[in-house]
Amino acid sequence: MSNYDPVEVTPLHADEMARMRADALDAITAARDLDELKQVRLAHAGDRSPIALANREIGALPPAARAEAGKRVGVTRKAIADALAERQAQLEAERDERVLVEETVDVTLPWDRVPRGARHPLTTLQERIADAFVAMGYEVAEGPELEGEWFNFDALNISTDHPARSEHDTFFVESVDSGKVLRTQTSPVQIRALLSRELPVYVISPGKVFRTDELDATHTPVFHQVEGLAIDEGLTMAHLKGTLDRFAEVMFGEGITTRFRPNYFPFTEPSAEMDLKCFVCRGASAAPGNPPCRTCKSEGWIEWGGCGMVNPRVLVACGVDPARYSGFAFGMGVERTLMFRHNAEDMRDMVEGDVRFTLPFGMEV
Amino acid sequence: MKVPLSWLREYVDLPAATAHEIADKLTAAGLKLEAVTSYGHDVKNVVVGEVLSVEELEGFKKPIRHCQVEVGEAAPRQIVCGATNFVAGDRVPVVLPGGVLPGGFEVGARKTYGRLSEGMICSERELGLGDDHSGIMVLPEGTPIGADVVELLGLREDVIELEITPDIGYALSIRGVAREVATAFGVPFRDPADISPPAESGPSYPASIADPTACDRFVLRRIDGFDPHAPSPFWLRARLTRAGMRPVSLAVDVTNYVMLELGQPLHAFDATRLTGEIVVRRTVPGETLETLDHVVRTLHPEDILITDSSGAISMAGTMGGLHTEISDESTDIVIEAAHFSASGTARMSRRHNLVSEASKRFERGVDRELPLYASWRAVRLLAELGGGTIQPGVTHAEVAVEPVRISIPSDHPGKVAGVPYDRETVVRRLEQVGCTVESGAVTPADEMAAMLAVTGDDMLTVTPPSWRPDLTDPNDLAEEVIRLEGYENLPSVLPAAPAGAGLTEGQRLRRRAGRALAAAGYVEVLAYPFVGERDFDNLQLPADDARRRAVRLANPLSEDEPLMRTTLLPGLLKTLVRNVGRGFGDVALFETGLVYRPSADAPERAPVLGVDRRPTEDELASIENALPAQPRRVAVVLAGEFERSGWWGKGRPASWADAVEAARAVAREAGVELQVRADRHEPWHPGRCAALHVGDTLVGHAGELHPRVIEAYGLPPRTCAMELELTRLEDVLPGPAQTPPVSAYPVATQDVALIVGAGVPVAEVEAALREGAGGLLESIRLFDVYTGAQVGEGNKSLAYTLRFRAADRTLTVEETTAARDAAVALAAGRTGAQLRGA
Repeated sequence: MSNYDPVEVTPLHADEMARMRADALDAITAARDLDELKQVRLAHAGDRSPIALANREIGALPPAARAEAGKRVGVTRKAIADALAERQAQLEAERDERVLVEETVDVTLPWDRVPRGARHPLTTLQERIADAFVAMGYEVAEGPELEGEWFNFDALNISTDHPARSEHDTFFVESVDSGKVLRTQTSPVQIRALLSRELPVYVISPGKVFRTDELDATHTPVFHQVEGLAIDEGLTMAHLKGTLDRFAEVMFGEGITTRFRPNYFPFTEPSAEMDLKCFVCRGASAAPGNPPCRTCKSEGWIEWGGCGMVNPRVLVACGVDPARYSGFAFGMGVERTLMFRHNAEDMRDMVEGDVRFTLPFGMEV
Repeated sequence: MKVPLSWLREYVDLPAATAHEIADKLTAAGLKLEAVTSYGHDVKNVVVGEVLSVEELEGFKKPIRHCQVEVGEAAPRQIVCGATNFVAGDRVPVVLPGGVLPGGFEVGARKTYGRLSEGMICSERELGLGDDHSGIMVLPEGTPIGADVVELLGLREDVIELEITPDIGYALSIRGVAREVATAFGVPFRDPADISPPAESGPSYPASIADPTACDRFVLRRIDGFDPHAPSPFWLRARLTRAGMRPVSLAVDVTNYVMLELGQPLHAFDATRLTGEIVVRRTVPGETLETLDHVVRTLHPEDILITDSSGAISMAGTMGGLHTEISDESTDIVIEAAHFSASGTARMSRRHNLVSEASKRFERGVDRELPLYASWRAVRLLAELGGGTIQPGVTHAEVAVEPVRISIPSDHPGKVAGVPYDRETVVRRLEQVGCTVESGAVTPADEMAAMLAVTGDDMLTVTPPSWRPDLTDPNDLAEEVIRLEGYENLPSVLPAAPAGAGLTEGQRLRRRAGRALAAAGYVEVLAYPFVGERDFDNLQLPADDARRRAVRLANPLSEDEPLMRTTLLPGLLKTLVRNVGRGFGDVALFETGLVYRPSADAPERAPVLGVDRRPTEDELASIENALPAQPRRVAVVLAGEFERSGWWGKGRPASWADAVEAARAVAREAGVELQVRADRHEPWHPGRCAALHVGDTLVGHAGELHPRVIEAYGLPPRTCAMELELTRLEDVLPGPAQTPPVSAYPVATQDVALIVGAGVPVAEVEAALREGAGGLLESIRLFDVYTGAQVGEGNKSLAYTLRFRAADRTLTVEETTAARDAAVALAAGRTGAQLRGA
């Protein structure tokens, strides 16, 4: 202590330190952008800033005073650094905000540079129906559209005298006795399936069929059917009903079942007409006092297709022993299904290929 | 079949049920309701009046009469009437003021022709009874004045119209419907055919059956001295009208009435026009007959004819001949009631395009026991209503027919239904149908019956009734039991199908291809597959083009389009034109479907095989060989802008490249790569047509259409198209994609610019580069095509980026340069390519 030279170190005084801090903080606040803040940083926190210079003076203090002065400098530098960081963040955020605002576009501008197309609802509806049966274990069977008369009629127990075999209903390949027709139903695929597959057979076959109707709102000479066939040991009408009830649920929702009415088809015996409980009013509109239903015309049921137990004569023609095997078949019109499932009112829209009809359906139905 | 309920109630004691309730029961039994029509429910205040006096009013263009009519009130009514067919003293129906006529037509008192008219005197049509508007309906003498006309004439009627399926001809009669409705309601049925004709005492007119396959029963009865001018009574005309038949004359009306009631078609001959014995036979060559519609018909050898010594006099069960037809002079009438072959009448009716009420019934099956009874009922009615004397005797030619007998185990119907029916139920239901049921089994009648036979315990032998010729097989009997027990009572049981294999690869491909094209902007259409020669001309197909060999339809809808398509393009192009015409100029369409490609050496006929066994493989092949090949194709057509113009700038017109890319999109879904080669193939532009190959297999074409095709179809300029055979793609499906090695080493990139002759296909240059670059090449991309002075006249410059990468190391510059040089060298060798700037 003897050689102690007491020097007054002004910058380290508390009031001087407070001033430096106040100056710095003022300057930081006043910086308007990141460039100004950079200058402020140099001036108030750089190597030649007052606080840096003050820091160097600490060594000149008597040892007893150094700790306190050091602490004072530290606190001040931290306050300045914190303020700089905060301002930096603030200014960066402001800059980003400004740039992003400048980059704003009108996101409501239309964009249809390459508009998407669509699949025809008759195609996708056939797929949906097929999928429902594939999920039940069926396979999708196919056959030719230009078919042998034997497949389209005889093997299906449709006798030579049946009215359907006249030129009023069936397209014949020239000449009329060519034995070739445009298939009038998907049922010949049943015959092909029975002739070519191992028993048991569970197949579904969607496809194009032809009848000599002129095109109008409810008829078209070229239309689509879905045919189902199951041949196994011990199959009954109850199984047929169960299958179609399940199918109706898959297509139209829970609680939608089918109703059978006796009908006649040469290739099934017994035969039934299949009604579908109206999936819109769920049958309610048929009861008196309830609001009317457009879909089922307030009948509560919609005619959907035909079905029945495969006529044992058909099995005989395919070499299947009717004493051992039995089974059922069913068929429904795809156009008709589309009409009531999608409120399509005019058959012509389905065949004319106007893009306005098809586009709303997209890729699936 | 229109069934007036009053007629039905004559034979069934129906409970008080609405027409809809009755129809619902019949629908559930298989006689489906088409419509219920109610008559007369809205009619009120129509009473019987007596015309007291008639005063003719003068000065009008037509006769106008002012009548005093006694209607049982305090004072007579005065009514103005324009009809002249009645006189003072006639009883007439009068609608009083405040009354309502059918159709809700209200009648009031009003002043007309200068007089007050308190109501209206009615014609039959005004009362809703047919078309007779020739004058006022004059009621029989003694009809009580003031009586309610609705009650008196039975104007209130409900008619249910049923759709009768072709197997149940018996239901085309009141008798058949009554039987069904009696069973449905569980009430007794009185058979209208249960009448007793007198014992036969010799023929009424000589007749015989010459062809037993044409007719197995032929009955004639005769009535002489009939009054041809006797009118049909009101009730008869009303019934016929309600049932949908037009009253004609008493004799005709009676035959129609009996046919509607019993289901037996009848024919009336003028006895004086018949000469010699009547014979039922087929046509002899050259025979003709003028039928009662005044058409002279050339008869077919298989037509079934009623003939006498003069020749044909009637087409059996189809239409009578003009010469022997009864007229309004006929007093001596021969009534024919027969049982003709169902298929025989069906064919005849179809051949001659003659569908009559009689032919409808014969082809669906008529009760073969009816002729004796129906003919008796008819002559009795004729005698009763038109006088005359029923001549003694009846002609009855008959061919013995063995009745069908079917044996089934009593549990068979339950096994078909999936719900057990006890023996008593089965027997009761079959008996309700009219069957005779005995215990035990009989041997099957023929080979088919043997194959269809069902065996088991507790066998029943069932003899169906004569009116059910449709019941021949065990399952026919099962259906009768199940239907009467109620289809609605069937349980619902989901069978457990064996596990399936899902969709085939081909089926999956078809779906993927459709989705890929839709995602690429194409809209699917399903055009009709009918085309004409004109389409082939429009497509500029050469005369020997295989696509001109098309299947021709015998009965096309349009004579312009008698052929089956051999390409998908005509339908697509016409659909494109339709869309453009409707204001959609930027349009891209696709279709997936079959084309029909007959082979030149295919047999003309596909044999129609038997159905009593499985055909042999040879027999099946004989059908297949006669059918055309029917491959599945996919095609696109596109016009206008493929990429739209918009606020972002100019769009891009559809081009040949889009058409080729559509093919690639499909090929990608198949997992195969298309090789594209320039080709000349109609209907494409000879300089803008690509042949599409997979390996060596040609799978289709794409490009811009020939300008002449565009002109012929009226297409937008530069319309493009692609057609690809999916079936061929299905044949070359490569199976599951294999995982490529994924190297983590860095990529090395080399760019090259090559100058080649302008005519060198880029695909060849790229193939050479690819092959020459070897295994280190990861990808190659053409990023610029340049033509101009810098590369010399007749040349083009192709700029490629080649990316190299190795699986196991970082490549050196020397390695990649060597690979690039090898690539360029091969391209130079194959295509004459020069490195640009070299």
